[in-house]
Amino acid sequence: MIETGLRLMTGGEAVAEAMRQIDPDVVPVYPITPQTPIIQGFAKFVADGRARAELVNVESEHSAMSAAVGAALAGARTMTATSSQGLALMAEVVYIAAAMRAPIVMALGNRALSGPINIHCDHSDSMLIRDSGVVQLFAENAQEAYDLTVIATRLAEHPDVLLPVLVCQDGFTITHSAEPVTLLDDEAVTEFVGGYSLPHPVLDTARPTTQGPFAMPDYYFELRRSQTEALEAALAVFGELSAEYEELSGRGYGPLEAYRLEGAERAIVALGSSAGTIKDVVDDLRTDDERVGLLKVVSFRPFPAEEVAALLAEVSSVIVLDRADSPGGAAPLHAELAAALYGRGNELTGHVYGLGGRDLHPEDVRRIFAGEAERYVGLRGEPCPV
Amino acid sequence: MPELTTSNALRVGGVVVPGEAERPRTGGWRTGVKPEVDLSKCVNCLLCWLYCPDSAVVLDGTTFTGFDLTYCKGCEICAEVCPVEAVTMVPEETAP
Repeated sequence: MIETGLRLMTGGEAVAEAMRQIDPDVVPVYPITPQTPIIQGFAKFVADGRARAELVNVESEHSAMSAAVGAALAGARTMTATSSQGLALMAEVVYIAAAMRAPIVMALGNRALSGPINIHCDHSDSMLIRDSGVVQLFAENAQEAYDLTVIATRLAEHPDVLLPVLVCQDGFTITHSAEPVTLLDDEAVTEFVGGYSLPHPVLDTARPTTQGPFAMPDYYFELRRSQTEALEAALAVFGELSAEYEELSGRGYGPLEAYRLEGAERAIVALGSSAGTIKDVVDDLRTDDERVGLLKVVSFRPFPAEEVAALLAEVSSVIVLDRADSPGGAAPLHAELAAALYGRGNELTGHVYGLGGRDLHPEDVRRIFAGEAERYVGLRGEPCPV
Repeated sequence: MPELTTSNALRVGGVVVPGEAERPRTGGWRTGVKPEVDLSKCVNCLLCWLYCPDSAVVLDGTTFTGFDLTYCKGCEICAEVCPVEAVTMVPEETAP
């Protein structure tokens, strides 16, 4: 079967195809909306003999992540997928996976955390594990979800990194929406991702090791710091791998995407699928000679603060859009921008939008650029402007 | 006190290879009782060696020789499983 060329598929299907091509050894996973199409598609590939993975049907996401840590450290290329409450249930083990430096690629279909229970997109699940030490990359569309999954495999397993990498795609907006996607040849992906190797695999019986040792006050701090350094190193490694991937695919990535920031007086900073809507509005407003632009953050963790500040140096008004709230404090992306731009003279404002899957319409983005939007965009009863 | 390793010199993920651990003397956490053996009763069945959760039963080849109190935590499992009552737990303060 020909797998290359432009095909119509959802983000979930595109990531399932990426997983088939990457051909991981072990995939422990538990279904949850809106991630389910990813693992449903991949499970069919396994059932049809088109992927070799040991698909482990676990009883919960806590077990899925625990099995993933064991498999990855044993020496098996390991992937999993989840959303929302599933990631919340995994969270305890996500921290441990990062600390044990288990290079697990995790496909995340972003979904609001309960309660009230909801199945639609926001980024509160990602933000729940913001400080776990994992890499978090945000896709804008199905194509990016596919490409970032392939790149993430190399990134997770890079000897300077060795950390879990989450490839985040907005639930339903990307996971369930069909759009044209270009896949690489199977052989090209096989060659790009290469073999799997770890410095100390558990099953190397010739060199036995203790993994996940107890660390008292005399070592815990040093181990946490070495883990942080690995996460920081992921920024440069992601850049290098993206350049290599661009040669292969013609599609370039980086920790950030600057969209029409040249000469921009006002710029929105955002994560995920909303970037597509914002780009359309930027194009419209630019046609009317409004000097506006977009800074899309692909790598939320590690956060490229210096590059953000450099790209926004000439932008007088910076508007941050968060699809997650931090009750009682600054929203997560807004807080990052406040830190990155501190003392640099940019005017900084922020909005929270789209919680629980509420749409962000082009008209909302126009109101945001015009300074006429509420702090909580589209919230009924919210006074405006900010 | 051994010299502590710096952050950048640690193995990835804090992995420890044989011979590198600092061997903390966990016997210092003992419950207040310690095992004593009457070797004249011991039948060398090695059940205590099999059950000891701290590998604190010392063998010479396959022959029981005694307990390593550097690691024994006083859990009393050896005394419980001994089929000939050769092991008894004695209070720490009466130790020789």
